[in-house]
Amino acid sequence: MAKVVMEKLNKHFGEVKAVRDFDLEIPDKEFVVLVGPSGCGKTTTLRMVAGLEDITSGNIYIDDKVVNQLPPKDRDIAMVFQNYALYPHMTVYQNMAFGLTLRKFPKAEIKQRVKEAAEILNIGELLERKPKALSGGQRQRVAVGRAIVRKPKVFLFDEPLSNLDAKLRVQMRVELKKLHDRLQTTIIYVTHDQVEAMTMGDCIVVMKDGLKQQVGAPLELYFRPANKFVAGFIGSPAMNFMEGELLSEQGGLFLQTMGFKLKIPEDKAAKLKSYPEKRVIFGIRPEDLPEAPAAIPNETIEVVVEVLEPLGSEVYLDVKVGETSLIARAEPTTKAKPHFKLYLQPVLENMRFFSIRDEKALF
Amino acid sequence: MRISENIAIQPGKRPGRRWRWSGLLEDRTVMGMAFVAPAVGLLLLFLAYPLILGIWLGFTDTVVGGTGEFIGLANYISLLNDALFWKVTYYTFLYTGAAVFFKLLLGFALAIVLNREFRAKGFVRAIVLLPWIIPTVLSAICFWWLYDTTFSGITWVLMKIGLIGHKIDYLGDPTNARIALIVANVWRGIPFFTIGLLAGLQTINPSLYEAASIDGAGGWHRFRHVTLPLISPLLAVVTTFSTIWTFADFQLIWVITRGGPANATHLYGTLSFQRAIPGGQFGEGAAISAFILPVLMISVWVCYKYMRREE
Ligand SMILES: Nc1ncnc2c1ncn2[C@@H]1O[C@H](COP(=O)(O)OP(=O)(O)OP(=O)(O)O)[C@@H](O)[C@H]1O
Ligand SMILES: [Mg+2]
Repeated sequence: MAKVVMEKLNKHFGEVKAVRDFDLEIPDKEFVVLVGPSGCGKTTTLRMVAGLEDITSGNIYIDDKVVNQLPPKDRDIAMVFQNYALYPHMTVYQNMAFGLTLRKFPKAEIKQRVKEAAEILNIGELLERKPKALSGGQRQRVAVGRAIVRKPKVFLFDEPLSNLDAKLRVQMRVELKKLHDRLQTTIIYVTHDQVEAMTMGDCIVVMKDGLKQQVGAPLELYFRPANKFVAGFIGSPAMNFMEGELLSEQGGLFLQTMGFKLKIPEDKAAKLKSYPEKRVIFGIRPEDLPEAPAAIPNETIEVVVEVLEPLGSEVYLDVKVGETSLIARAEPTTKAKPHFKLYLQPVLENMRFFSIRDEKALF
Repeated sequence: MRISENIAIQPGKRPGRRWRWSGLLEDRTVMGMAFVAPAVGLLLLFLAYPLILGIWLGFTDTVVGGTGEFIGLANYISLLNDALFWKVTYYTFLYTGAAVFFKLLLGFALAIVLNREFRAKGFVRAIVLLPWIIPTVLSAICFWWLYDTTFSGITWVLMKIGLIGHKIDYLGDPTNARIALIVANVWRGIPFFTIGLLAGLQTINPSLYEAASIDGAGGWHRFRHVTLPLISPLLAVVTTFSTIWTFADFQLIWVITRGGPANATHLYGTLSFQRAIPGGQFGEGAAISAFILPVLMISVWVCYKYMRREE
């Protein structure tokens, strides 16, 4: 149970700047998810908090105490590794009890705690087995069990679900979430899977190239992304992006692209006034591109359907406007067919605009 | 197996005979035996034959250049009544025990040090191998020179730094000679442990150490609870091999002391050779070598048991 603060954290491996000026304040009992593409520095950040990696510069506080120089064993944290790192020569019981044994807990208490954790994780029958004789999902539970018996101040998870099959992953996602509710401990969770991030985190930190991009609640990131990267990273299928030109004409502000022209709603047009450039990047999510029965000037886009991806509850349409590909979500009852024309009516209120220069959200 | 199937489906002129052949080729047991036969043949010829011949000679009174008669256990009985034989037995066990112990200790320590990240790692690892790749006779001659009373480099260094005031007689004094040989053997045998164990250490997943340090383990506990249990099967194998080689050692001793002074540094191997070839007593020499066998068999058995338990 602890607050974790990172302050101007930097980590360089020779020339590689894995983490750059990373600031983050994690309140007590919060479930924070670090998410970002491969190589963006998530693991490195987590390992610095664990004390497994030296800090190049900056500070890490756990409960207002600087822990930069503290060895891992004195930080009162527990970590679940991506490859689980279970001790192959110990039974499940010994694996889970190891940390407590080293800390000289009385035998009876160790037994009690291991039993408790095993019950929570449903691995009571596996206690006498060696890790070799366990399935991936079971190993993952043991790794979590080894972490929770210690009742640490902070849990660190490094992509613990990435080795599991899709179904088990969904199931474990729910279980970890329940576990957090039950244990009420601060959790820092690393993943490159945005769905995992969205479903599990109280708070999501999006990273790219060692830099923090945005911090916020899942839906905040979804609806108010701070830049084009976050907008494209959060949400599946990803947001559609196109470049366009802003035209101030009679009757308001218009967006002109290679294939179509749209009238920008008044409130957005007002905010765009201060934007100095003519060109802009705009983004729209697949669900904001519903089908329209017929063409409406300045409100619909004429597209050609290329591929249909039926998922049952919905259908994704890969469509083309001129040279640009877009993805639109349609109802399962859609009449769309490949190679046929179709009209889409963007929900203009949900459009996002990004600066052409630095790709930051304009408002 | 696949080849045999191909043969089986080829059309043949004499189906009856071909059927018998293909039947044999399909038979796992027959084919298995056929495949191991050449290896077994070589082993029998070059290992089993000399071994059995040696054991047989131990029960005869064969001398060099003559044929011998079967004399039962006479060679063994006379050896058991021979004070020199017991002295040699004592030193053989002392030599093996002390040398293997220090080789294990130092070799393991060196492996742990070399397993860390440091500059010029590859170069240092290559250097460590040197004692192992130099021919034993060559390094034995170097040690003989180092242990020379007059020209010893060791003495020279010790006198220079003022630790001793007079020359040491390394090989003339029985105790000194015994220690000197053990030191030479340790020097020569360390690389085997180091390289073998280093390979084992490198297979240990580094995240186990990280997990252990997060679990609260300091350096000693990480060694005790992660390194040691994971390396111990390999440790058993390496130690067994080393025990076998050390117990049956010959070259180092023969070049440096020839078993002297006053037979203080004979091992079973050198004593057996001395009795059999210069001494001409083939039968007795063979009987001495036979004493090596049970020890080797026991160490292999212990190692095997140990590895089974680790499974
Ligand atoms: N020990 C190291 N030596 C040199 N460079 C390293 C080291 N560890 C990580 N890096 C580099 O630091 C950057 C961040 O790595 P990190 O492992 O934190 O990425 P990640 O976000 O966890 O990626 P993934 O999702 O693939 O696990 C990468 O460019 C990586 O190549
Ligand atoms: Mg990683």
